Amino acid sequence: MRKRVFYLISLVMVLSMIIAACGGGGTAGKGTIKVASQSPLSGGQSAIGVDIKNGAELAMEQLKKPLEDLGFKVELAPFDDQANPDNGVANAKNIVADPAILCVVGHYNSGVQIPSSEVYHASNLANVSPANTNPKVTDRGYAEVSRIVGRDDVQGVVAAQFAIGKGAKTAYVIHDKTAYGQGIAEFFKREFEKGGLQIVGFEGTEEKANFDAILAPLVAANPDVVFFGGIYDQASVLFKQAREKGSKAMFVSDDGFDSPEAINIGGPTLLDGGGLFYATVAGPAKLYPGTAKFQTDFKAKYGSDPKPFAAQGYDAMAICLKAIENAAKEAGNKLPARDAVTKAVRALKDLTGITGTINFNAKGDLVSAKYFVIQVTSADPTMWNDNKIDQTLDIAPPQ
Amino acid sequence: MRRLLNAPILIEILRPLGQIIIFVAASGAALSVLILAIAFLLRGSAAGLMTIKNYGVDLFTYTLINLPQVLIDGVTIGFVYAAIALGYTMVYGVLEFINFAHSEIFAIGAFVGIETLIGLNNAGRLTGIPTWQAYAWLALAILFGMAVAGATAVTMERIAYRPLRGAPRLVPLISAIGVSFFLQDLIRLVESLTTGQFYRVFPTFGNFDERITIGNLPFGDTTIELGIQVKSLIVILAAVAMVVGLNYLVNATKLGKAIRSTAQDRTTASLMGINVNFVISMTFLVGGTLGGAAGLLYAMKFTRIDPFVGFFPGIKAFTAAVLGGIGNITGALLGGIVLGMLETFSGSYLNVFTMGAAGAEYKDILAFAILIIVLIFRPSGLLGEQVGQKA
Repeated sequence: MRKRVFYLISLVMVLSMIIAACGGGGTAGKGTIKVASQSPLSGGQSAIGVDIKNGAELAMEQLKKPLEDLGFKVELAPFDDQANPDNGVANAKNIVADPAILCVVGHYNSGVQIPSSEVYHASNLANVSPANTNPKVTDRGYAEVSRIVGRDDVQGVVAAQFAIGKGAKTAYVIHDKTAYGQGIAEFFKREFEKGGLQIVGFEGTEEKANFDAILAPLVAANPDVVFFGGIYDQASVLFKQAREKGSKAMFVSDDGFDSPEAINIGGPTLLDGGGLFYATVAGPAKLYPGTAKFQTDFKAKYGSDPKPFAAQGYDAMAICLKAIENAAKEAGNKLPARDAVTKAVRALKDLTGITGTINFNAKGDLVSAKYFVIQVTSADPTMWNDNKIDQTLDIAPPQ
Repeated sequence: MRRLLNAPILIEILRPLGQIIIFVAASGAALSVLILAIAFLLRGSAAGLMTIKNYGVDLFTYTLINLPQVLIDGVTIGFVYAAIALGYTMVYGVLEFINFAHSEIFAIGAFVGIETLIGLNNAGRLTGIPTWQAYAWLALAILFGMAVAGATAVTMERIAYRPLRGAPRLVPLISAIGVSFFLQDLIRLVESLTTGQFYRVFPTFGNFDERITIGNLPFGDTTIELGIQVKSLIVILAAVAMVVGLNYLVNATKLGKAIRSTAQDRTTASLMGINVNFVISMTFLVGGTLGGAAGLLYAMKFTRIDPFVGFFPGIKAFTAAVLGGIGNITGALLGGIVLGMLETFSGSYLNVFTMGAAGAEYKDILAFAILIIVLIFRPSGLLGEQVGQKA
């Protein structure tokens, strides 16, 4: 009996191997090119992470034609970094181990991108970042890492100048102790103090639920502005509890706050008092002139409006595909090497993306990036894309 | 009248209420005196000068004016810890092992309750309803949470602990840690099935978010509003009801007697005709339902939960149980209140006293350092393991 089962299993295995071999032989061409995406697909920040992946997926669908014409099969390899550095690095190791992957669209969190890109750097794999704003992302000078959004040292300054412009005299700053949140909070603090104004508190916390202890001194200090450097899943809960404890301050946050979930968690009470604002490096897709088609296509395919950074996900993928195409042509229409793709990303000149014209400087920052200050005007999460744009700025990165 | 007062029912209800009042008053007073003394001594130091610069008042006044709010916050979180600690302490009392999966029982109660409310909200049942109805729905959600949490606790005991009852003590402990991880990821799996998002937000309804203002205190150029939120009040009242109810169950009912005798000596209890397996199941059921209720109360107070929400409250409640004297219901209550107060006091004042060098993020260091000192001098906890009261 046991022998019979064994024979049966061997037979099935041999058959499946034959079928697999046939399948492999069936696809003609010069091989497969994969572009990986890394973003939080599950967990508290997945609302944004999934749309970064969807934006990249849509771009691949619409823009892979030139590469297919060269005879390659083009695929997306989505990875879930769970907004966690450990998962990001583990995924990165899997990514570099797959020789078909030539480019990575990646990361929502700077705290995840920075350690993960060390892995990409070690194997010359190009990484185009759709959302990472920490200065260190490009300041390390890695040829592999480029980004298509602004930087925290500008974003924090934009937020501080905005608060000063609103007549704020005192500010209370809280951050989430990540590379991203703490970085931006420090730039805010520096700029605010430069104006001769007072920071009455500066705190970091990893707490996600009970902010009582942090908020007691905050409410006592009665600041004009409360600035939070971090992501919406923490910021909204903190802001909500601060309002409930009686704070009437103006709440200001950063691009990590840019998600409809923010107002869903916090509720209408956030809009009371001094109101709710955030500075960001990526406005809603409709702010960019080139995104009309993207918005309708996105809605048709995924059934909802693109969330913030989805358009950046699209452009990051467009850059990857164009660079691979250029590198492949240079290699005589053969599969290009990774370092050739890396060089091709930086060599792109005046590429027209949906979020603007893309030119990288020597470090991998955009030559000129957009910054926005947005006021949240509705407690309805579906109205998030209709929030009021308070300021739009074009600023070159610091050298 | 006197006969009524002597009735065991009334005594078992009044005694824990008295204990609660004494514990809250004593721990609050002790910590207040301590912090005011420190503030008085430091008022001339650099930290004192900094408060004058930042807030326009000296350090002592700053401490004094913030004190009422800190006390209210401390008591609220303390009662949450106490409610969770009851589950740890009951199981320890009966089986002498630490049920590390209790924090996930807490999370399950929170998720089931919140899902109930989200379901009601999606059905449009939570908007535009009178206040009494909001409370009725909340009570329903708590009951659902308690039911599922209690059932999970009983199942967990049957599957993962009962077969190991004769094994060395380390074995069920490892099993408990395993169950804890299993349940965490099970919640994550179930909650992320539909949308890929595994956190949930407590819907806004009723008057729970409103704030009852008690008074205004003058503070520098402004005033500080002193008040308590309706939901904090609900948390405190519900936790008090749980403690009183459990005390009554353990000390004044037949089942309670069976639980106490099983705790004292399992073999002898079974010789006296007590169904030990049933009693242990009941212990898990009671502990689990209390944990589940605490879960939803926690979710209501702090708005947002994820599958790992139970971890920190669980660790802290366990600490509270040890601090008060594990196996001792009164001890769990005292430990919870003391730990909640310590944590809120250190979190609220650390920043000012250290001039921002060590902020609220170090609240646990201070709270747990004090805890270690207490345990060095009283290794069996503040109240110790009282065998007669052990449950």
